[in-house]
Amino acid sequence: MKNSKLFWLLSLVLVLSAFLAACGGGGDSSSETTTETEEGTSESGASGEPDAEQVLNLMESAEIPTMDSAIAEDAVAFNILNNVNEGLYRLNQENVAEPAIAEGEPTISEDGLTYTFKLRDAKWDNGEPVTAQDFVFAWQRAIDPATGSPYGPYMMGGTIKNAAKIAADEMDKEELGVKAVDEKTLEVTLERPTPYFLSLMSFGTFLPQNEKFVTEKGDDYASNSENLLSNGPFKLTNWDGTGLTWSMEKNPEYWDAETVQLETINVDVVKEPATAVNLYNSGEKDRALLTGEFALQYADNEEVVKELEPTIFYLKFNQERNGEKTPLANVNIRKAIAMAFNKQDLVDVVLANGSLPANYLVPTEFTFDENKADFREVNGDLISFNAEEAKKLWAQGLEEEGVTEVTLELLGGDTETAKSMDEYLKSQLEENLEGLTVKLKAVPFQVRLELDQKQDYEIQTAGWGPDYQDPMTFIDLFVTDSSQNRMSYSNAEYDALVESAKGELAQDTAARWDAMAQAEKLLLEEAAIAPIYQRGLMSLQKPYVQGIVTHPFGGDYSYKWAYVSGKQ
Amino acid sequence: MARYIGKRLIYMLITLALIATFTFFLMKILPGSPVASADKLSPEQRAIVEARYGLDKPLPVQYFDYMFGLAQGDLGISINQFKGANVTDVIQSRMGPSAQIGFQGMLLGTFLGILLGMIAALRQNTWVDYSSTLVAIIGISIPSFVFASMLQYFFALKLEWFPVALWKDGFMSSVLPSIALAMFPLATAARFIRTEMIEVLGSDYITLARAKGASGTEIAFKHAFRNALIPLITVLGPMAVGILTGSLVVEQIFAIPGIGEQFVKSIMVNDFSIIMGTTIFFSVFLIVVILIVDILYGIIDPRIRLSGGKS
Repeated sequence: MKNSKLFWLLSLVLVLSAFLAACGGGGDSSSETTTETEEGTSESGASGEPDAEQVLNLMESAEIPTMDSAIAEDAVAFNILNNVNEGLYRLNQENVAEPAIAEGEPTISEDGLTYTFKLRDAKWDNGEPVTAQDFVFAWQRAIDPATGSPYGPYMMGGTIKNAAKIAADEMDKEELGVKAVDEKTLEVTLERPTPYFLSLMSFGTFLPQNEKFVTEKGDDYASNSENLLSNGPFKLTNWDGTGLTWSMEKNPEYWDAETVQLETINVDVVKEPATAVNLYNSGEKDRALLTGEFALQYADNEEVVKELEPTIFYLKFNQERNGEKTPLANVNIRKAIAMAFNKQDLVDVVLANGSLPANYLVPTEFTFDENKADFREVNGDLISFNAEEAKKLWAQGLEEEGVTEVTLELLGGDTETAKSMDEYLKSQLEENLEGLTVKLKAVPFQVRLELDQKQDYEIQTAGWGPDYQDPMTFIDLFVTDSSQNRMSYSNAEYDALVESAKGELAQDTAARWDAMAQAEKLLLEEAAIAPIYQRGLMSLQKPYVQGIVTHPFGGDYSYKWAYVSGKQ
Repeated sequence: MARYIGKRLIYMLITLALIATFTFFLMKILPGSPVASADKLSPEQRAIVEARYGLDKPLPVQYFDYMFGLAQGDLGISINQFKGANVTDVIQSRMGPSAQIGFQGMLLGTFLGILLGMIAALRQNTWVDYSSTLVAIIGISIPSFVFASMLQYFFALKLEWFPVALWKDGFMSSVLPSIALAMFPLATAARFIRTEMIEVLGSDYITLARAKGASGTEIAFKHAFRNALIPLITVLGPMAVGILTGSLVVEQIFAIPGIGEQFVKSIMVNDFSIIMGTTIFFSVFLIVVILIVDILYGIIDPRIRLSGGKS
């Protein structure tokens, strides 16, 4: 009877989806299962001749909060910025950062601290050249506390020289480690050697901005598509600053314009998943994201494309609440919980959106070494579902603590997905671990953050997506003084491994990789956290859409290489 | 009359100041930060962003800053939804579509509702009456998201008479959302008019009018209808404000750039200036409509005297 809530939930989902399936019409019940392997890119391989008309109709799920790269902090803005602007580097079709506005690889000083970039002859869409000064201006603007940029200090602090001090208003922004040697030469000085620095250069915060244009527009800069300059594959048009609609048009001034095949991309914001699917089915839109019950309903549709995101969801185990130790300070109790829920069933039945069970912290298909080997291959699975083992560890843990019953609070989000997942976890944990009672607490996102910061929870479901293409973006979350480690996990060995990977091993790629792998192993051996799943996304995409590239961080998609083929 | 309105205007300003004050402090109790990427930033990094929007100042200072700006018509700038955009501009750009579908829905709903209610009252306890009551019950009880989704599915996706969603085809885009919004006023108007008409039709002066030899239509419209309107206006006023200022559900389903959906989101993401701006805007609207309703009472039914209006 413990499962009754879950049972009701599942039956409700089934009944609803049956209702929606009946509405779905159109005979989508083709039993042909797509043999889609989760790939980083959604190219379907078939490459016919491009059509004469190159127009793509897409949807977004939220408005553009800003197009100012210095203050952007959300997925929609970073996605568009990645398509209308271009920084020193750009992620290519294989998700490897390659020189973009930079002409060829930079010269790197012996100590790995100074990068000198030569810029290619590129232009803004008003005809002015893109210069080294444009980068200096934009980066200084992003770190200047007066700008109030969230990502400026976050991305630059500790990486670009003096960034943290400037953000704290202890130093002038002119002191930032970025200098225009001449019009086409940019010199960047780092705080410490940063092996992933070049991939960072493809991130939105590091885009250039034309000083004259930005200053001239003042407060109006980036407030609508008229007050913007573009130096990327497309330019933004028809955006009034607050509306639900905009377009991207091919930018003829882009240095690599001959690669770009799409003429126009029309985007509308559609927040209702059912409406998105209806617009897709009516032929007005070429791609629609499938969430919740729609993922289940369309799972076997042949127009489904799957993407695996490098976003990991995990349980945080708080070892100290209100100054008192929690039962989660016991390693056997943590391990028992981490092993006591069936992740495969969770992704297959509850999530059903192409997610993968995660037995690791650093996502799969995210980072690769020089030989293109996935970081995941080093450690493989670290902590898997094993009810028998979990029971043993649980009994042992309870004995060590001298108790027979434990009640733990599970703090989670209040979205439908989060709630059904937490219900599932509760039922699994209570079934497999005798004497455990899980109390669920579902709160809105901002509330959860606040409780996390006060360390006022016992177990918490949390998620993390990367900010740069390196395992470190996940590994350093759990060092002792990390602002993400609000759970009193502290392991000197772990801290030392992370420190060495950031410090003395920074230029020794293989040893650094190894140190990070050891750290990950240590973290999960101690079950400081319990990985749950790596998120997948399912979309419907018309068969004539080709070459949209999905990226693991920064902007989610590139349309530079996309085209339409075979749409009559 | 002028003195009455003048007095009401002063009360309105006081009400507004109270609403602004309450909203301001309630809003500040909301947990969490308006910084969208707060989950990634360290407390120091978050503080930098909050300082940019003056959120580092003590609460009373923030309050007086805001009220001072408000007195000058400055609603501040959006913190995270449209970073740096003037709240006034946001409201302006989002008000149009909401007002259009709201007005159309209100007009259609009230007109049909009154018609339905009158027919039902004049044909009391016949099948006409029962089916009108049925329509009213359905209109009240079916949630608008179900009704809107059904309209979208049948009239747009299947029959292709109207666009599925999006605000692109002028009037055609507004038809289905207006119908979806019309259901509630329709049902309400039908119920009220029916009940009132039946009551009024039974009163002495109607019997007198009948005895005088007035025709059925004359009695229905000239004598009965006018008196049956009073309670309807009382509910329709505030309802109109609710509908004209946007419906989260209908706007979201038809992907309309309206203000209702915007308002709800601003609360979710703690965009303080948008929450304040929209609340104040809605309040002004509501207060003005209540005043208009009060004035209308006197016009429709001279028996209702306005206090102070005799001079």
